Amino acid sequence: MYQHTRLTTNRLGFFQKFRNFDYILLICILILGFISLATMYSTDGGEIRFHTKSHFTKLAVFTLMMLVMSFVNIKYWFSIGYLAYVAVIGLLVGTYLFGITSSGSQRWINLYFINLQPSELMKIFIIVCLAKFFHRMKIENVNSIYAILTSLIIILLPMGLVIVQPDLGTAVLIAISGIAVLWFAGINYKYFIYTILGFIISLPFVIAFLKPYQKLRVLTFLNPDKDPLGAGYQIIQSKIAVGSGGIFGKGFLKGTQSYLEFLPEKHTDFIFTLFSEEFGFVGSAILLVIYAIIIYRIVAIGASSRSYFAKIFCYSFGAAIFVFITINMSMVLGLLPIVGSPLPIMSYGGSSMLATMIGFGIVMSARVHNQQLIA
Amino acid sequence: MINSSSDNVKKLNSINRRMFITGSLKFFIMVGIVSRLFFLQVKENKKYLTLSDKNRIREWKLAPVRGEFHDYFGNIIAGNFEAYQLHVIPEQVEDFRYVIYRLKDLLELSDKEFKKVLKKKNEIKPWETLIVSDNLSWQKFSKINNHLYDLNGVKPVISISRNYPFKENFTHLIGYVSQANQDDIETTQAIKKNFVPGLKVGKAGLEKTFEEKLIGTNDIERYEVNAYGRRISQLEFQKGQKGKTLRLTIDTEVQKLANELLKDKAGSICVMDIYTGAVIAMHSSPSFDPNLFVFGISQDDWQLIRNDPMKPLVNKTLQGNYSPGSTIKPIVALSALENGIVNTNFRVKCTGKTEMYGQTYHCWKKKGHGYMSLRNAMKQSCDTYFYEVARRLGVDKLSETAKKFGLGKKVFGDLFNIEKKGLIPNTQWKKNALGKGWLLGETIITGIGQGYIQTTPIQLCLMTAQIANGGYKIYPHLVVDDKVKDQPIDKFTPLYKNSKNIKIIQDAIFGSTNEMMGTSYRSRIDNPIYQFAGKTGTAQVKKITEEERELDLKTFEIPYEQRDHALYVAFGPYKNPRYALSVIVEHGGNGSTTAAPMATKLFKLIIDRHKIRESLENKKYLEI
Repeated sequence: MYQHTRLTTNRLGFFQKFRNFDYILLICILILGFISLATMYSTDGGEIRFHTKSHFTKLAVFTLMMLVMSFVNIKYWFSIGYLAYVAVIGLLVGTYLFGITSSGSQRWINLYFINLQPSELMKIFIIVCLAKFFHRMKIENVNSIYAILTSLIIILLPMGLVIVQPDLGTAVLIAISGIAVLWFAGINYKYFIYTILGFIISLPFVIAFLKPYQKLRVLTFLNPDKDPLGAGYQIIQSKIAVGSGGIFGKGFLKGTQSYLEFLPEKHTDFIFTLFSEEFGFVGSAILLVIYAIIIYRIVAIGASSRSYFAKIFCYSFGAAIFVFITINMSMVLGLLPIVGSPLPIMSYGGSSMLATMIGFGIVMSARVHNQQLIA
Repeated sequence: MINSSSDNVKKLNSINRRMFITGSLKFFIMVGIVSRLFFLQVKENKKYLTLSDKNRIREWKLAPVRGEFHDYFGNIIAGNFEAYQLHVIPEQVEDFRYVIYRLKDLLELSDKEFKKVLKKKNEIKPWETLIVSDNLSWQKFSKINNHLYDLNGVKPVISISRNYPFKENFTHLIGYVSQANQDDIETTQAIKKNFVPGLKVGKAGLEKTFEEKLIGTNDIERYEVNAYGRRISQLEFQKGQKGKTLRLTIDTEVQKLANELLKDKAGSICVMDIYTGAVIAMHSSPSFDPNLFVFGISQDDWQLIRNDPMKPLVNKTLQGNYSPGSTIKPIVALSALENGIVNTNFRVKCTGKTEMYGQTYHCWKKKGHGYMSLRNAMKQSCDTYFYEVARRLGVDKLSETAKKFGLGKKVFGDLFNIEKKGLIPNTQWKKNALGKGWLLGETIITGIGQGYIQTTPIQLCLMTAQIANGGYKIYPHLVVDDKVKDQPIDKFTPLYKNSKNIKIIQDAIFGSTNEMMGTSYRSRIDNPIYQFAGKTGTAQVKKITEEERELDLKTFEIPYEQRDHALYVAFGPYKNPRYALSVIVEHGGNGSTTAAPMATKLFKLIIDRHKIRESLENKKYLEI
């Protein structure tokens, strides 16, 4: 019986794989994609212009890519874990050496057919890599010095490469992705508690070493009204936009704050502000529910997976996506200092969407091949 | 296998436990974000909605339309005209350099003007309006309109601006408008409230006095703007109110004649209704064209006005302190009669000069007038007679009468801040002001209007009017205002003690003009409709030395600045007087040869115009 099941799951036909799809997750992703397109259309001033077109192309290509990825056996994603990590590290080094500089930081690398931001990919591949690292490890060895040190190096290496770009925000997000894996792998609670305590204690020293613009962001977060036209401008205008949206919003294409260009970075980091201004509390809540369903499905897929790798990847990816969403929203709602962090799928930006879609692809693959055991 | 499976179970237990913790955490964080959204969007919605509107809505004020000045007959003497302007919005111009050089050629701008425009362009934002030219001639304006096809972004605009159709005729009375400065904004509330860049406000005369009434209120445009302040769409247009139009008591025809008579002379003419106090004409010469100031006067024009030796910037009617000369004699005589010092039979012998207190005082007539009574002395303006009368009267009593008749204080009160009070001296004044005792010799020359005594032309006009109306107080005014019209003559404030005395003076003045030997006999009009009575005056500007007296030079032989001022005060028509006037020609020589003939021309017109004025008034009542 057991043998039989194993055989059948190993040789899934195309239609069986198709039937195994998580359609709820897929539909939610498509709805989200549609919402993001509509919002992008609004940022373009109610016309189909550059951002809308570009966003649509990326959405279409990457969704297709995600679907293709889900047909690939989860075993394969497991096997390329280290390789992918090393490849992205290579890209990060490449970025450091020949990257494209834009607005003061060197984040992009020209791959001839696409300008890629490898740090965004690292947010996902660090999870793949660490999930593979802990997959076969015995529970007793998880808290060994070897395991902890190795995983720390795996996290700190890309972080360092991203910090020098400089892009502290993404570096922190990469760390969070990595730490999520460590958490699910079963690293002792006390290490997390120590880390948090250590972080809080060293915070004043860290702030002292921050770059002036980063320090300004922290100070601005604490008191945005101090310099309303300068550093505090983004936070204040974002809050005005969200707050003036009210319960039902100002209506699609009627967000005055964004139309009249009071909103900064409305295509990327502040996309939620625009959405929230036009669709109000109700629209925002619906968006949050869609995100919640997506995260719930990711976690559920993890829970139903037989392989530990799939499980730990799904849980960690779910947690990471959750953190990305939370940080972005807290930022535009004035709950956190401004750090450059896009809202998954919604924000304009190819690398971020590519990374998210790769994540969804692996999750979907885990779902399709949920009976697959990885030796 | 068992080992590995128990390990697996442990691992699964651990990961599931942690997933549970994570899930709970996620839930709470989610709740946190939703409550934050609720707080911002539902609870604080109103606050942020207000802030958002404040962000996007901006108000633009447009210059208000200024009220007009009309003369008594409704002719516009300070109005508004449509100024042809040329606006450019730099941002909407494809090739700014090309367009601006093209405009330079078309408008024939000088290099200086051109540089000014370029400088202005650098000071404004690219979407703000650049005013290339603020007052184009119709020719240039139509030329531009013909070339609009290759002047993209150039806008010909018609804007409302001040216009003074009678040019220099009303300058001192009405004043002029010019761009408001910091001082205007700070001192006048109405200007502060309605201020827009380029607002023109009154700088002098009635334009300044009635600023609050004339200014009107702004048109207000509400626009939706973007974060950079660019207008996106108009939300509202609130029409402002035009300023109040003021109707003056002035008759433009008389005013024009006054201007004509004083052409190329320095001086003043004012005409007043002796019963209502309405000022019919009030002119100071030389004048200048107030239109020059509306769009900012050029340096050349300004220097020309400023450096003119005849001082066009001085409103001589109100600011000119002149010795009244013989025009004060009616008041001296009246004061003496009122105080019982003399009667009509009192006689003095004039020998051409008289000695008092060790000093020689000359009469203007070297040979002397012989025995002079009051009427004769007034008629021939005998100085010796008035020396004696003044000596007997004393300066204090004289000043009392003079002040009663409006000398020594502002005629229009607060209406013009530039108006001078003049000076009616008395012993108390000299002690206070100069710290010296009054000398009797000073009383004697005060009797012929020389010495300390100083009067303005409008005061002399008021004085004459109040003698002419039988000695009652009137309130001179310029604006047709019902409040003043209700009490045209103050019958309860007689300025005399005995009305007979006023009659005596009126009769003496009549003689001066209409009888042989009278000083203005040559200027008389025999036709009783126009017949008037007047008193000449010749005010010395410097003390005449004995040598000069011997030489007895003709006026044209004396340097301009040393010539006497010529004065004339008169009222008419004699039988039933209605108007009084005063004429002063600076350095005009002799009152009877220079000033009195002007009165002849004036009275002819004034009395003709009076019928039209009356019929207008009657018609008005009929209409009601």
